[in-house]
Amino acid sequence: MLVDSFAKNRPAIIAIAIVLLVFGIVPMFGSNYQISIATEILIFALLAMSIDVLAGFAGRTSLGHGAIFGASTYVVVYWTSVVGGSPIVAVALGILAATLVAAVFGMLASRVSGVYFLLLTLALGMIVWGVALRWTSVSGGENGLRGVGRPEWLNDPTVFFYICLGIVLTLSAVIWRLVQSPFGLTLRGIRDSESRMSSLGYGCATHMFIAFTTTGFFAGVAGALYALFNNFVSPSTVQLSQSVEGLLMAILGGIGTLFGAFIGAAAIILLENFVSQYTARWPMVLGFMFIATMIFAPEGVLGAIRRIFRVGKKS
Amino acid sequence: MGGLNLIQLLNGLTFASLLFIVASGFTLIFGLLRIVNLAHGALYLFGGYIGYTVAGSTGNFFLGVLASMLCVALMGLLLDEGLLRFVRGFDLRQVLLTLGVAFVLNDLALVLWGGDTFSVPIPEMLRGATTIGGVFYPKYRIFVLLLGVAVFAALWLMLNRTRLGALIRAGVDDAEMVEAMGINIRRVFLATFMLGASLAGLGGVVGGAFLTLYPTADSEILVFSLAVVIIGGRGSLVGAAVGSLLVGLLNTIGQVMFPELAYFVIFGPMAAILAFRPLGLFGRAV
Amino acid sequence: MQRRQFLKSTGAVLSASAFGTLATPAILRADNAPIRIGLMTPLSGVVAAGGREIAEGFNLFWEERGHEIAGRKVEIITEDDAGNPDTALQKARRLVEQEKVDFLFGNLLANTGLAVANYVKDNGTPYFIPVIAADDLTQRQRIRNVIRVAGYTASQMSRPLADWALKQGYKRVATIGQDYSFGHEQCAGFAQVFSEGGGEIVAQLWNPLNTADFSPYIGQLASMNLDAVFAMELGADATRFLKQYSDFGLKGNLPLLGAQNFTDQSVIRTMGDECEGVISSAHFAEGSENPETRKFVENYTKKFGKMPSLYGFSHYSGALWVGQVIESLNGDISDRDLFIDTVLASELPNSPLGRPVKFDDYGNPVYDIYIRKVVKNDEGKFWNVPIETYEQVSQFWTYDPEEYLKSPAFSRDYQGIKK
Repeated sequence: MLVDSFAKNRPAIIAIAIVLLVFGIVPMFGSNYQISIATEILIFALLAMSIDVLAGFAGRTSLGHGAIFGASTYVVVYWTSVVGGSPIVAVALGILAATLVAAVFGMLASRVSGVYFLLLTLALGMIVWGVALRWTSVSGGENGLRGVGRPEWLNDPTVFFYICLGIVLTLSAVIWRLVQSPFGLTLRGIRDSESRMSSLGYGCATHMFIAFTTTGFFAGVAGALYALFNNFVSPSTVQLSQSVEGLLMAILGGIGTLFGAFIGAAAIILLENFVSQYTARWPMVLGFMFIATMIFAPEGVLGAIRRIFRVGKKS
Repeated sequence: MGGLNLIQLLNGLTFASLLFIVASGFTLIFGLLRIVNLAHGALYLFGGYIGYTVAGSTGNFFLGVLASMLCVALMGLLLDEGLLRFVRGFDLRQVLLTLGVAFVLNDLALVLWGGDTFSVPIPEMLRGATTIGGVFYPKYRIFVLLLGVAVFAALWLMLNRTRLGALIRAGVDDAEMVEAMGINIRRVFLATFMLGASLAGLGGVVGGAFLTLYPTADSEILVFSLAVVIIGGRGSLVGAAVGSLLVGLLNTIGQVMFPELAYFVIFGPMAAILAFRPLGLFGRAV
Repeated sequence: MQRRQFLKSTGAVLSASAFGTLATPAILRADNAPIRIGLMTPLSGVVAAGGREIAEGFNLFWEERGHEIAGRKVEIITEDDAGNPDTALQKARRLVEQEKVDFLFGNLLANTGLAVANYVKDNGTPYFIPVIAADDLTQRQRIRNVIRVAGYTASQMSRPLADWALKQGYKRVATIGQDYSFGHEQCAGFAQVFSEGGGEIVAQLWNPLNTADFSPYIGQLASMNLDAVFAMELGADATRFLKQYSDFGLKGNLPLLGAQNFTDQSVIRTMGDECEGVISSAHFAEGSENPETRKFVENYTKKFGKMPSLYGFSHYSGALWVGQVIESLNGDISDRDLFIDTVLASELPNSPLGRPVKFDDYGNPVYDIYIRKVVKNDEGKFWNVPIETYEQVSQFWTYDPEEYLKSPAFSRDYQGIKK
């Protein structure tokens, strides 16, 4: 039984072990800045994973998850700085808010698919952005909100990093279980043929709604961590490019691979830091990466590795 | 304060007219080729800058329009034949590829023209204001209004009275059928793509003369165009016209009467339409 | 084949980037090591043009000095903040924690500046902000190591203009401004002084940043029966507003007053007659006849082929100010507290303004402020020419600072208007 479940979950166990190993040692020889970069990678990997659950397993590409993520960031910063409440409560409220936003999005979006799903989530994300920008009395408008800093026990970058690592790895295990569960299999069924699944008696819209809301929860956790990490929030946290970057990370890592999100997030964040030392043309580099990925490696880095591996096995 | 009057109505209509010019190109490409071209805004911006450069150096606004439409049509050709050909048949890969192209073009425009704000110089005869219906209104905006109507008429005639138009309409409904009739649908696709792109270029020059050109003009017009096409329905000319009117007027009403909710006034209805009528008001299922 | 090559090159880039950001050893410094300055400025995004001028003005000063001061070499590490606070924060972290800069300089948009200020609050890195104008950074929420060298508060500049407007006999004025703090504060400075002097603020319109079409607002302004309009817009919004104001025939019929950035070179250099005759107020006027200003404007124009904007001017002056302090400390800025105290106690005697500038007790410079008018110069270019001067204007105008600070900070809802 134990051996059986090990075999079934082997890819996840290996992936988590690798992430733990690679990220776990960063604080041992990295500077505070390098630790902060690693923390950022973890947070965005979680966002990318939440997008990947929909894109890879339910066949729905969302451009609204950046807004869900940012909704949580807003609530956490608002609760700690404006209300002056405790950070723990703030994180709980932030995640709750993101889940609620996702539930509303999910209700509207669960009936559409393909390009229309993409456009609808984009439009819904724009509304969140518009609210953040214009509801000045609450959101601080363009200037955003400044936080009060992390609580004492979380202030050390290394401690915060390990806590993020723990949370992100735990949640990635949870997400893995979710996509392997009967619920996850149903999602895949809907992805492959919606009409077949509904004729088999599955409520496709209900499944999509639950899936969307659940991924909103994960994006919300990432957004709450981001609030603690950055100690600041502004409309740029909920703008479209946040969703786009999250999606690109998922795609670059490999849609449907889940753990590819770590590779995608690391690649983009490290590359941005690297490129910006030499040129201000980061948007162009990002654009070319998008184009090249779509043409040459639509299955992403992990997907490509997997494919090469499979080809090697066959021959 | 802040009531709606004739001026505000005209403002909404001129903005709607520009939106129609840009969005009609978008909807043609979306309708026939099934490509959501997220680089459409970038083509608008490039067209505007090219028009600005040519009109500025030759002193002729209409030369600027011509140069812009030609160049942007050419860019459409390169985009379709040079990049999109590698991802044919994959809806989402196409969309995301054009998103990448939009990033590149936007940044390239910043390199080529710098980030200063430019406006395309307008011809002498269109400067100043005139009296219409008892109110003082800029001549150029009336020109934009009429141009929108003219573009609608021209596109309608083209779609309904020419062979190319018949092929496009047939292609929107069933591309395979047209192909089966022995017609090279690829050429029709390409022509449509270039036509749609050149409309973005036209919009860029016309819009660049009163809304000015600046580094994020592309994403702003793109988002408005998306709203128009989503509301109107994919591939429908009438839908694009209705959508433009709706978005243009909602934009004005939103800014005048509900300044705090300005974005919600546009995107709220759009999200509602998408959720309950995913194909838009005039879109047809395939 | 193609695909494999792509993967290979991606791999190479990735490992190189990992090396770049994760494996650079901390730099050990000798006493005579270079002074390292982190300059953050938006080189991409919507305010990229202004961002470039920040870099130009700042670098112009250091080039004049041969990148050396008090016997120490000066290294400038420039980072693009993309006009995005999240990016600005990330870059500030990199500059401070990775590049180990001695101090930070720059940023253009208030939101980027506020994000960075919040970050340096905890680690004490000196951060100089010539164009981040948020009132409270030198009022209710001062941060000791965030210093406004050659800078200004938003509401400081628009107050004299309100006084001037009252003297012209204007009674009914409406304001229109960008809907964020910088706009709220500049409009409030005007509205407060204007209403206290007996004028009426008929309406206040707020447009979102990057308003494509101003016609709905201009339509409203035209129907209000005003004596003048006060406009606070910057960048592309300013260009559009000026253009559409003229298109709708309001130019020449309804006097237009503007906040400092409204007629800045960064706006009017690409414009035609639409901008002519607009009145604004600022401490810098590129059309001033002061010989020091003349010299600076000529140098700048020769070097960059365009007249300096507020961004370029302020960063040149800011660099000059800090450079002077470094010289007075003989190049030793290792004691941060001493460095900050010396800056705050210093004054700038020889700036391109041609008059000395010093801080008030709250760390904000006191300026002679010009009322300026946009006119065409001999070369056919538009520039701002002083028509009147208000001497020694501080951020508190004529108020008692302590009393003033008891009132709430300006926002869209609180504009200090006397009813």
